Amino acid sequence: MSTIIQKLREYLDKAEEEQIRQLDQLVATTGLPVYKDPKTGALVWVDVRELRLRFQLSVNKIAKFVEGLSQEKLYYTVCKRCGAKYFPPQADCPRCKSSDMEWREVSREGELLTWTVINVKPASFAHNKDYVVGIVKMPEGFNITAWVDADPSTLRPGMKLRLIVGRRPGENYVTYWFKPA
Amino acid sequence: MRRVAVVGVGISKFGYRPDVSLPELAWEAVKEALDDARLDGKDIEAYVVGNVGGWSSEPLPAVVVGEYCGLAPSSGIRVEAACASGSSAVRTAYHMVASGEADIVMAIGVEKMNESPTPTVVEFIGRAGNYFWEFENFGLTFPGYYALHATAYMNKYGATEADLCEIAVKNHYYGSLNPKAQFQKPITLEECLKSRYVAWPLKLYDSSPITDGSAAVILASEEVAKKITDTPVWIKAIGAANGTSNLSRRDDFTGLEAARLAAQRAYKKAGIDPSEPVKYLDVAEVHDCFTIAEIMAYEDLGLAKRGEGYKLAREKQTYIGGVIPVNLSGGLKAKGHPIGATGVAMIAELTRQLRQEVERGRQAPIKKGMALAHNVGGTGHYAFVTILSL
Ligand SMILES: [Zn+2]
Repeated sequence: MSTIIQKLREYLDKAEEEQIRQLDQLVATTGLPVYKDPKTGALVWVDVRELRLRFQLSVNKIAKFVEGLSQEKLYYTVCKRCGAKYFPPQADCPRCKSSDMEWREVSREGELLTWTVINVKPASFAHNKDYVVGIVKMPEGFNITAWVDADPSTLRPGMKLRLIVGRRPGENYVTYWFKPA
Repeated sequence: MRRVAVVGVGISKFGYRPDVSLPELAWEAVKEALDDARLDGKDIEAYVVGNVGGWSSEPLPAVVVGEYCGLAPSSGIRVEAACASGSSAVRTAYHMVASGEADIVMAIGVEKMNESPTPTVVEFIGRAGNYFWEFENFGLTFPGYYALHATAYMNKYGATEADLCEIAVKNHYYGSLNPKAQFQKPITLEECLKSRYVAWPLKLYDSSPITDGSAAVILASEEVAKKITDTPVWIKAIGAANGTSNLSRRDDFTGLEAARLAAQRAYKKAGIDPSEPVKYLDVAEVHDCFTIAEIMAYEDLGLAKRGEGYKLAREKQTYIGGVIPVNLSGGLKAKGHPIGATGVAMIAELTRQLRQEVERGRQAPIKKGMALAHNVGGTGHYAFVTILSL
């Protein structure tokens, strides 16, 4: 079963396939990656050096959050000194400058504050159907941004939503989302 | 702190510009500003470049622009404040002159977004929130961040998609009178309402386009300004503030706290009564990257009460002749939004408004001699409010 990693690479390669073939053909024939922009007639040099980026983000200090995901749980942090609550979880409390944090599991139900449907998608999400992103107020006092798995026409401000942690269908890696309660 | 004046301004043609490279594009505005001030590159003691980049090939735009425009070896840097990078460039240049470090400094904004295909640009701007917690897992887009505000605003106050489209209609109308604008045609309310959704409830015509463009302003100390020009335009105040990167860390999605704070700070310094700023101002340029952003700007700036910004749009009160004319350049919506250039272009536009030298049909009547620029970076991540006066 392939995951987002392989799936996305194949999708992006396929989307660019024809363009790359034409560019290669152009350089083979003329010796130059130069073409006339069809809209304006301007001469354009297409970069021959492709840059691919995949960042390596440290989650070392929020290892408990990662461990939680693997157990299908979502964790936040509470500062043991001043009681400040953090979601996304922070390893450090700027309010009192302490780094002594307690990890607690986020409760499973919240209230929808606002939402949107992403119709025009970024390149790395273009393989998905339109998706709903919401911001949900949790009883702990903080908000959580995540996908809402629901028909957007049924959503109302203040409606109760249930938090799910698990493998996202289609992308097959563990993340979290909301569903109508 | 010394008084600082704008003594020269320039703006390139905004739009899809594959006909020029990034430094060539910058030169269009730099040359116009130098000509306007009757100065040469060697007169510029320092320059500050607003550019976000990522989508364009030059990682060090300040040195590339400095070399091409003959500004090196003067000191130059690039500054970043997302879509408000231009205002941050003006602010840094302002500080250099106000502090006495230099007498003549240029702020340049330049962006070449069309060096990358549209999905890549959508990807880059979508990543401009709090990367891991908003993009990596949830694929938010720039229209998406503002759409979260539009949904909240419309639900709370009863504004409609047609109210939002009124902003697009106005800004396209004024853009049609601005030869530098990306879009040169007026649109109808029906065309806006029929356009496809990009991030529901925002549609294509609610959104500013992907734009290549540049702008430049030359700032000078009082002593030097009076030698250069008979019509110096003074920078009375620049208010700046930041919001959280992660939208979920905010309580309210019907306005931008950073913009409210930036306005308060600017009004205080400029001696403007924050309860009635329209009494002091002839014209404003506000950050309408999306139509909802202009409506929130009316409220964050105190041009309308909370929850009543959409009524200004519905009643067409921000055309010339209304309560206060807003975005007579066409705004980001129709003039275009070359991210790093936008804030500089606002100052250039308002300087020309105050000098009463813009095109017929979009010149505000200048009676009080004051103008306001409101430039937001990201979704209220950065905000700058700048007050100019004759
Ligand atoms: Zn603490």
